[in-house]
Amino acid sequence: MRIPLSWLRSHVDLPDSVTPQQIAETLIGLGFEVEDLSALDDVTGPLVVGRVVAIEELTEFKKPIRYVQVDVGDSEDDDEDATSLPETRGVVCGATNFTEGDLVVVALPGAVLPGGFAIAARKTYGHTSNGMICSARELGLGDDHAGILVLPSGEASPGDDAAPLLGLDDTVIELDITPDRGYAMSIRGLARELACAYETTLMDPAALAVPGAEGEAHGVHIEDQHGCPRFVARRVTGLDPTSPTPWFMRRRLMLAGIRSISLAVDVTNYVMLETGQPMHAFDTSSIKGGLVVRRAKPGEKLSTLDDVERALDPDDIVICDDTGPISLAGVMGGASTEVRGDSTDILLEAAVWDPPSIGRAVRRHKLPSEASKRFERAVDPALAPAAAERAAQLLREHGEARIQPGRTDVGRPELPGPVLMAMDLPDRVAGVNYARGVTAHRLSQIGCNIEVGVTDTGRPAVIATPPTWRPDLTRPADLVEEVLRLEGYHTIPSVLPSAPAGRGLTASQRRRRAVSRTLAQHGYVEVLPFPFVLSSTWDAFGLAEDDIRRNTVKVLNPLDADRAEMTTTLLPGLLEALARNVSRGMRDVALFHIGQVVLPRAQQVPVPAVAVNQRPTDAEIATLNAAIPNQPVHVAAVLTGNRQRDGWWGKGEPATWADAIQAARSVAEAAGVEVTIQAGDLLPWHPGRCAELRVGDFPVGHAGELHPKVIEALGLPKRTCAMELDLDLLPLVQRRPAPQVSPYPPVLLDVAIVIDASVPVAEVSAALQAGGGDLLEESHLFDVYTGEQIGEGKRSLAYSLRFRAPDRTLTVEEATAAKEAAVTLLTDRFGAILR
Amino acid sequence: MSGANDPYDPKEVAALAPETLQQAVDKAKAEFAAADSLEALAGVKPAHLGDKSPLLVARREIGALPPKARSEAGKRVNEAQALVKAAFDERRAQLEIERDERVLLEETVDVTLPWDRVPDGARHPVTTLSELIADVFVGMGYEVAEGPELEAEWFNFDALNFLPDHPARTMSDTFYIAPADSGLLLRTHTSPVQVRSMLERELPVYVVCPGRTFRTDEMDATHLPVFHQVEGLAVDKGITMGHLKGTLDAFARAMFGPESKTRFRPHFFPFTEPSAEVDVWFPEKKGGAGWVEWGGCGMVDPNVLLACGIDPEVYSGFAFGMGIDRTLQFRNGIPDMRDMVEGDVRFTTAFGTEAE
Repeated sequence: MRIPLSWLRSHVDLPDSVTPQQIAETLIGLGFEVEDLSALDDVTGPLVVGRVVAIEELTEFKKPIRYVQVDVGDSEDDDEDATSLPETRGVVCGATNFTEGDLVVVALPGAVLPGGFAIAARKTYGHTSNGMICSARELGLGDDHAGILVLPSGEASPGDDAAPLLGLDDTVIELDITPDRGYAMSIRGLARELACAYETTLMDPAALAVPGAEGEAHGVHIEDQHGCPRFVARRVTGLDPTSPTPWFMRRRLMLAGIRSISLAVDVTNYVMLETGQPMHAFDTSSIKGGLVVRRAKPGEKLSTLDDVERALDPDDIVICDDTGPISLAGVMGGASTEVRGDSTDILLEAAVWDPPSIGRAVRRHKLPSEASKRFERAVDPALAPAAAERAAQLLREHGEARIQPGRTDVGRPELPGPVLMAMDLPDRVAGVNYARGVTAHRLSQIGCNIEVGVTDTGRPAVIATPPTWRPDLTRPADLVEEVLRLEGYHTIPSVLPSAPAGRGLTASQRRRRAVSRTLAQHGYVEVLPFPFVLSSTWDAFGLAEDDIRRNTVKVLNPLDADRAEMTTTLLPGLLEALARNVSRGMRDVALFHIGQVVLPRAQQVPVPAVAVNQRPTDAEIATLNAAIPNQPVHVAAVLTGNRQRDGWWGKGEPATWADAIQAARSVAEAAGVEVTIQAGDLLPWHPGRCAELRVGDFPVGHAGELHPKVIEALGLPKRTCAMELDLDLLPLVQRRPAPQVSPYPPVLLDVAIVIDASVPVAEVSAALQAGGGDLLEESHLFDVYTGEQIGEGKRSLAYSLRFRAPDRTLTVEEATAAKEAAVTLLTDRFGAILR
Repeated sequence: MSGANDPYDPKEVAALAPETLQQAVDKAKAEFAAADSLEALAGVKPAHLGDKSPLLVARREIGALPPKARSEAGKRVNEAQALVKAAFDERRAQLEIERDERVLLEETVDVTLPWDRVPDGARHPVTTLSELIADVFVGMGYEVAEGPELEAEWFNFDALNFLPDHPARTMSDTFYIAPADSGLLLRTHTSPVQVRSMLERELPVYVVCPGRTFRTDEMDATHLPVFHQVEGLAVDKGITMGHLKGTLDAFARAMFGPESKTRFRPHFFPFTEPSAEVDVWFPEKKGGAGWVEWGGCGMVDPNVLLACGIDPEVYSGFAFGMGIDRTLQFRNGIPDMRDMVEGDVRFTTAFGTEAE
């Protein structure tokens, strides 16, 4: 909320030496976020009150232009001559919201307005403009630029210095009030806070004598007590509807950012800002019969003040007359009973509404307002009669209204009950030894009634009954916060607690770091795409209708309707990032991402209702967890362009399916897990260039080149490659077994075989190892050859073999025998021929 | 010296004369010195150290001398030969040094040539900063707790003392999961991990929870709908707000240097009471030393402890939470948060592989 500090200061006795900056800092220290603190800009030079004497409409221009004669008190004539016209000056003005006789603010040549706008006499629209008639915005008083500022008559005389009248030495503060402090959305509440902080006197605007009443102001029946704990009404008649809003009120509303509408409406807004009680003014003559407060009925409609017809929800609280709903309680009044330009008979409503009901209505109808902001946070239920009285008195004072003797006051609001708190609880929570009496003093300062008592365990306690405006204070912890905040958080010391010895990172946390570092070391760059997948992705991937990856969890309120699905694979986000990099001129791109994906459960179980006043049972926790989709951590990488660049060393190497598979292997190695690789066939991969990675017999992911159709559909560079693994499927390796390192010399032999090209190398290598036995320490495939000499459908595989014995120097004969055994196995198993 | 009675061939024995030997040594030295390469040196070597060299020829004459003279002559020849050998070795060593220097010079390369055959990889600064933060707290005895990003509303709101219809529940702009009554959402903070920690772990609990979080904020320079938070939680006997301050001061120093400090401002959160917003001051702040709004914190609300089955009469706790992306933004002076999520390799690569 925005308020001028002068208004605040008029209700709390602060020394003049306290600066606006100090007030702002005090409020921050009390827990009120200061969004803005801005001093009104000073106007230098002559700024005076003028009276419009004559208006000449200049019609030859595209927009309405007026040449206005204003009396700015230039007349030096000492003896008032009623017959002579006052001396005037001509000013050109583009606004039309004023008439002859109006008081306006005129900046004379030599004046400098906020923003450094210097005024000089100048020729414009064919006339000499000898000054400027100002709008509120031009004077820095607010955003209102709909027309020029017209002052109520009688507030000043032509020629008066306008600066004091406008109060240009003021400062406007804008505060963000937290949801627990409804009372502070008012001058009354904030002045009280400052009075506590400065240990000074509050001038409570709600502390006014509420006279006794005779009868009802209007018949009101509350059907829904829960929705409406209190409804107070006061009626004034004989209001002069032409009465202007007094300048002090308009100025304060303007600086608070509230537009002046009419005296009756302005008064309700003014009392709301001043006391915190939102009010509504009805045109009494438009109300048909008695009022009823109830929830809306299905199908009911209401035209609100903004001339929108709204379908009401059975949860909405409405005020009805004989015709049905005439007001959406606490949110917005209805059009049919709106105060109009000729309304003289006003029914003032000051009510209290159920905060959650108001909150729901605001969100349902998307109608946040100054009133609903206060009702949502809770309004002092004791305030309504005083607020209604204050409003009625203001209408009497400024609109010649007569306050009717009746007052309606129905409902039974709940008032805060006593809270018992161990006297030393604030000390124990803060870790501070507060001076004796601090707790009781601070609590009584905020309006609590304090008694001394004992706790269950016989320790000294304070029994605090919070004031009516503090329904948020229901527990000892709430009282603790009040003591700590008023004493100042800066008085709390900085002490490190001694935590017990921790166990460090978990194995899976360490593994995740290892995988991340490994991929980075292999040239992959980590990116963090969003998990919202574009709905066209699955078609671009060519996935079948029943593909499991199309089974996604959907966001109810996505930022982008095309991205409502939670992705089931990390590839779409990575490929988008890859395409973005390519579009920005990068050619060799290798990216990776480690993150959770969301996989719906086969059987979605509903989330159970679980209480919060005690620990849920293990069964309840299990049901809650069973209702949450499975969210394994995946790791994925994509790459395009050159894996090894061209350079002075020669040609580079393009990124291929083999690099993608190697990335997956590297991940497995970093995790200490052995993966086996076999040909796979899964979209979006190329059916002939897709590897399935397994741990044991269990598939854990895929790698290879993407399908050309997918590449085309996604607009990716040709031959883009990718891999994705479910990291959670890799078993955690606690301790890796140590190898046996033999110090004896090896025997190095080569072997080349010719074999059917359809036999995967992985199987050949595995058979070679099996046939070679324990003596075969390592085999390395150093050549793959196909050609005429080898024959159609065949290829030659050449391995270098390293044989070694663990306990002796191996002889060449032994090694050769082992090699021959390996070849024999290859021949038996695959029909391989030694080359 | 020859005896008078011995048969003596003047011509032959003259080879053993001191003057003759000296001549041979001088000649050898001169020719070795004149050899300007190892090859040239090898070429003149046989003439002075080979079988037919004057000294070896002379040595063969020793037998012709009378026994008395043999020893002296032998000594003389040995000395002369040692001198020649030394001269040769010296010259060879010298020539080898010269050759080595020449070869090394010839092998000189341009060491400024690039060897960026495989472009550098990098880790995202949000990842590395998360790790750094986790390490700071692990160093203080905390453990790192994690949980699902798509959560039950119960863990994200209910258990954290967000009353139904309380404005705070809509305050943080939640992504809900379809259908409307699913009771599921994308977590708006990592606090559900705190709840899970309190439910699953033995007391006392000291955990830090980094992770990805979601709010329906439109993306701009300072807001992301998908961002990262780190939260900390300590529940123990006798935990005070002073402990919270001490912990955040230590955290701030680890993040922003030894001179940094924190400041608490009273605030409201449903899950803490009292609550505060915490600002951090540090010297290297962009635009000069100053305060930056860093995060929220407070003493765990007794209702939260109750929902987790912890007796608030016996235990107390503190909790705090910061945006990691936001911390990264003002710690490293990143002008626009969108850079963090667009995936441009130029952004990530600039940060290398570890948090700095």
